[in-house]
Amino acid sequence: MRIGDAKQSYGADEAIWTSQTQKLWFGLLLVILLVFPFMADSYLLYLGCLVGIAVISTTGLNILTGFTGLISLGQAGFMGVGAYTVAWLSLNTGLPFPVTLMLAGLMAAAVGILVGLPSLRVKGLYLAIATLAASVFLHFIFAEWESVTGGMGGLSLEPAHLFGWAFQSDFMMYFIIVPLSVLMVFAARNVFRTRIGRAFIAIRDRDISAEILGIDLLRYKLMSFALSSFYAGVAGGLFAYFFRVVTPESFPLSMSIFYLAAVIVGGMGNLLGGILGAAFMTLVPEALKLLTAALTPFYPNAPVFMSPMLEIIFGALIVGFLIFEPHGLAEIWHRIRRFFRLWPFRN
Amino acid sequence: MSILEINNLSLSFGGVKALQDVSFRVPENTITTIIGPNGAGKTSLFNCISGFYKPQQGTIRYQGQVLSNGIKPPKRAALGLSRTFQNIALFRGMTVLDNIKLGAHVHMKSGLLSALAYFGPARREEMTVRKNVEQRIIDFLEIDHIRRQPVASLSYGLQKRVELARALAMQPKVLMLDEPVAGMNREEKEDMARFILDIREEWGITVLMVEHDMGMVMDISDHIAVLNFGQVITEGLPAEVQKNPEVIRAYLGNSDIDSLRKKLNPEGEAA
Repeated sequence: MRIGDAKQSYGADEAIWTSQTQKLWFGLLLVILLVFPFMADSYLLYLGCLVGIAVISTTGLNILTGFTGLISLGQAGFMGVGAYTVAWLSLNTGLPFPVTLMLAGLMAAAVGILVGLPSLRVKGLYLAIATLAASVFLHFIFAEWESVTGGMGGLSLEPAHLFGWAFQSDFMMYFIIVPLSVLMVFAARNVFRTRIGRAFIAIRDRDISAEILGIDLLRYKLMSFALSSFYAGVAGGLFAYFFRVVTPESFPLSMSIFYLAAVIVGGMGNLLGGILGAAFMTLVPEALKLLTAALTPFYPNAPVFMSPMLEIIFGALIVGFLIFEPHGLAEIWHRIRRFFRLWPFRN
Repeated sequence: MSILEINNLSLSFGGVKALQDVSFRVPENTITTIIGPNGAGKTSLFNCISGFYKPQQGTIRYQGQVLSNGIKPPKRAALGLSRTFQNIALFRGMTVLDNIKLGAHVHMKSGLLSALAYFGPARREEMTVRKNVEQRIIDFLEIDHIRRQPVASLSYGLQKRVELARALAMQPKVLMLDEPVAGMNREEKEDMARFILDIREEWGITVLMVEHDMGMVMDISDHIAVLNFGQVITEGLPAEVQKNPEVIRAYLGNSDIDSLRKKLNPEGEAA
């Protein structure tokens, strides 16, 4: 049961964590994230890094689609821009990773602003098609602009480095990816505590009243595109450092849909939802593979039978979530919290 | 002195003339009401003033300055023209507090970078706005018990009040209210009338209102303009407007003038 949370200042009332218990739980989560790489085997570590990258990109798309209400199928393209920026910079300059990642984000943000320009005129599915066109266009550039992107063969790059340290292993990359994703989720949370975030939500909920309140639609829509693509660009940059090879096929259209699905399954317009959705979308296919492996000793035919089934089961799970939990995974979490707010007195 | 002057305003959609040669003025620090039958052009006039419709002819003069068609709604909001809508236009997913804070958007400055960092200038600004909203608006409109609730869960009367709160947070000079008491019960109407009077008295804001509830219009208005078929048929003090035969005709047609008198003059009703 939650008691003793009367506030004495507006600041305390608007804090992210409004009770000691919340701070405690979050501290525990940080400790787990810190200890995880020392306990995990290489496979789990690899998954941890992938989830971290997906969390950044999903949070970015959530800002645009979940909070501002602009559907985008360009996320993979923006990640590609970030990845190629990092790859090119690492091959042609000796810049350390914080600088290259920042530039990757900014480059993707610039492209995002260009792609976002039609958003003043077109909404909904039409905007989805406009961003789809942009993503096809970006794919074409990745494949054809050989002098910069290396064409279909792509680019291979050196490990991320800083002060003479090279981040070669997944173990070391984990300590770049996870802190960065925690930081970026918090930054996004901060945006939604201020006028900028409120303006995004206002545009999503009712753009005419947003205008009457003095919110310049184009400016804020482009800002949302820029912010969202910045996140995608950083995620793409991390992707490049993690796999150390970038090809046009690294960022297929299906990846954009993957992130859109992560936002929807997790909970649109909910940052926690983005995190849960990213984890769900990354881990469930892996879990299904593990299940196949576990079944093999009993049914030797399991791999033959299961491998085509995985996609179907995965798809069915997503559809199931949409039907039974339309507000996303985040809603489950909120229900649990509501339950414990009064527990054990009433439930 | 008029804060808002409408001169020969005309607006048409294809062949439909929504407004024809409309002229009237809104004296500063008054409650001015536009009345007229359905489809008379009242909301179109509001939309012209707030910049959603671009009139083909005529001028809108605000504080002596002509508002040209190029001045878009957000800019007009920043100049001090704020409004509410006939069918509530709140952000339904947000809490009451966030809705009201959005009203203060134009008066806030923090940009994207300080928003990402939060601590520092963005937080200071947020706290100032919060304090202002709490102490000036939420207290005044008596909505402190619902500040954390999502707007969608509130009753119609309370939603209207939240919309008024949001418009007040814009620190307007002219507050345009489109049917502020439509669909309310008597008690809610009385509350709203009291708030509107206080807004004029205590805050010194000029109120321009469209309303069908004649009882309230006659009680609280200082100045009334009557619109019919896109034209102003008369304007003046409530008592003058009530007696005007053209107004009576506009409302009820030519016959049955007695019952119309009754409708326009609620004092005559059995209380």
